[in-house]
Amino acid sequence: MALTPPSERIWWRQPIAKVELIWIIVAFTWGLIMFFMMIYWHGAGKQNLSNEAYQIKPQAFAQKAQAMIDEYQVREESGFPVVRPPPGSDVYLIARLWQWWPILEFEKDQSYRLHLSSMDWQHGFSLQPVNINLQVHPGYDMVVTIKPDVAGEYGVLCNEFCGIGHHNMVGKIYVVE
Amino acid sequence: MGKLFDYRTCPTTGLRVDRAAEKLIKANAVAAIVFLAIGGLFGLLVALTRWPAVHFLPADWFYLALTAHGFDVLLVWIIFFEMAILYFASAVVLNSRLAGPKWAWTGFGLMLSGALITNVAVLQGGSSVMFTSYVPMMAEPHFYLGIILFAVGALFGCGVFFGTLVIAKREKTYEGSVPLVTFGALTAAIIAVFTIASGAIILIPTLLWSVGLVSHIDPLIYKTIWWAMGHSSQQINVAAHVAVWYAIAAMVFGAKPLSEKISRMAFLMYILFLQLASAHHLLAEPGLSSEWKIFNTSYAMYLAVLGSMIHGLSVPGAIEAAQRSRGLTKGMFEWLRKAPWGNPAFAGMFMSLVFFGFIGGISGVVMGTEQINLIMHNTLYVPGHFHGTVVAGTTLAFMAITYLLVPLIFRRELMMKKLATWQPYVFGIGVAGISIFMMGAGTLGVSRRHWDMTFADAVLPFDFPAAAYLMMGLNGIFACLAALGGVMFVVIIVGSVFFGKKLADDEQPTYPEVPPEAAAVSHYGSSESLKIPGTVMLVSIFFVAFVLYYFVNWKYLSEVWPLS
Repeated sequence: MALTPPSERIWWRQPIAKVELIWIIVAFTWGLIMFFMMIYWHGAGKQNLSNEAYQIKPQAFAQKAQAMIDEYQVREESGFPVVRPPPGSDVYLIARLWQWWPILEFEKDQSYRLHLSSMDWQHGFSLQPVNINLQVHPGYDMVVTIKPDVAGEYGVLCNEFCGIGHHNMVGKIYVVE
Repeated sequence: MGKLFDYRTCPTTGLRVDRAAEKLIKANAVAAIVFLAIGGLFGLLVALTRWPAVHFLPADWFYLALTAHGFDVLLVWIIFFEMAILYFASAVVLNSRLAGPKWAWTGFGLMLSGALITNVAVLQGGSSVMFTSYVPMMAEPHFYLGIILFAVGALFGCGVFFGTLVIAKREKTYEGSVPLVTFGALTAAIIAVFTIASGAIILIPTLLWSVGLVSHIDPLIYKTIWWAMGHSSQQINVAAHVAVWYAIAAMVFGAKPLSEKISRMAFLMYILFLQLASAHHLLAEPGLSSEWKIFNTSYAMYLAVLGSMIHGLSVPGAIEAAQRSRGLTKGMFEWLRKAPWGNPAFAGMFMSLVFFGFIGGISGVVMGTEQINLIMHNTLYVPGHFHGTVVAGTTLAFMAITYLLVPLIFRRELMMKKLATWQPYVFGIGVAGISIFMMGAGTLGVSRRHWDMTFADAVLPFDFPAAAYLMMGLNGIFACLAALGGVMFVVIIVGSVFFGKKLADDEQPTYPEVPPEAAAVSHYGSSESLKIPGTVMLVSIFFVAFVLYYFVNWKYLSEVWPLS
């Protein structure tokens, strides 16, 4: 038994039962399918992360975001600027204690280069109810090309713990026709 | 025979039990259960707070309790218990004396003081940084110091384990190769050394940073190396609880592995591939390439998953073969129907096996798929998954073997046998519920580590659907059930250890029933005629569930906003 030394001294020479062998082959093949599925999705799927990221100082990122806000702000809501950048442009979303800044307004079925970075601690970009979740680090600018395909009002929650105000860190994204 | 040492002869197995090893097993197991009780209480407080209708703790206490819960149960309970398993699987199983009991006690002292220091740091309130303590968020220096001391102590324990293997080999206390259970424990110990080294590499600089001697720690590098400790430590658990499954199958049924070669190869795959899993926590991060993510997150083409799937067949298969050889051959499942479901060691072990595979295992592979991770990262799906692995899998298995350790090592008659019969079911069903409902809430987008899903104090509002509230309510109810099961366990074990009837050195325990002589039940020579149709059916159901759930999640992913 499993608590005593193997009863056959030369246990590595013992034949393998057919049922175990079949299961190993099935499980191994399934592993290969799952492995190649990820690679396949990079070509055929529409939901992938880019490998584009830069190191950036928080102040430099904030400046870029401010330049975008100055140029494309359309209104204000609860003290947040609402920004409607042109399709295809670089869009900056600041994560900081405890805000997603500013509110963004996108056009449906248009692409945007969304830049995410934190001013302080780590944060979690959680777009709801779509349920897209990305980690946001200080010092790194993550670039994701997004293409909102359903119009509506979306919440941006923080799902990386960032201190006592963490649960109040809610932002907003509008997608309009 | 080797040097003389102080031992007694076990009346059940005939093995010599080193009294020094026995004392260490007792001390580590008792410390483990104390921290399970403390950490479990914090867990209940967390679940009651996340139950929207109860919302028990204020925000600062919630984050404090969550930090303490993670540290006390994920690290302290499990590693203390694993030390007990290492000493049992080396000295006791190999019929040997323990190497350097003084070193083992020093390790125990370090672990205990480390655990206490970190708990004090957390309770003081200045270190509510979560168990993961992601930089640049900073805890008090003694928060890190306690974890480092705890890890060093555990390293001592691993050293004693390795030393005991050497002594047993040299003094020829056993014939041939080490038993499979010891091999599994060895796997756990090797992974533990890698884990502790990774922890030291990242936590020592972080400690220096917290006292101002180091100016900057890169958050991405911190996370990469921290998870080389954090995830690998969970792989210690997997190796250890699989060894426990084999041990319980051997003790309760006299079951013999279907194939020593295959089971050992599966453990070897853990050693070779499990450590790549740091990537599971980095799939939604900037700055890491997809090639790196795909290779690492899949443990190099799912070779460690293959290891677990092999154990998933060979453990129940060994039990079925043992039962059939006893004449329980009717139909596909007589062997399972007539298994000792009233024996908490077996009931806990079998539920651990099923829940670990179906709940924790499948969800882990799905969530660890590079792209699918996008729709789950940092939602409640994540704790849902790991409560399926670490609580329904590891903790339940460790509870199960404790029912055998009380009579065999503590030499006490188990008390409250009726309650013990129910305990694995209450705890197991509670934990399975917690896992499933947290995963459900996570699928609806609810964040983990979050005090208020109503966002009552946020400037901008957001509303979750009613289904998400329902999930969190059900989670709270099942958490109460699990907590009840936890209390039952602590009461039964602590009661038995301190007040149970003492067994004389030559007295056989009567409960749980352990066959005195393990009948050799499956023979290597019979490999062509091995009949385990019930296990084949169970494994087939598992496989179909796995494949369906995997592709359902690709479907969910394909429905979210295109991104690239």
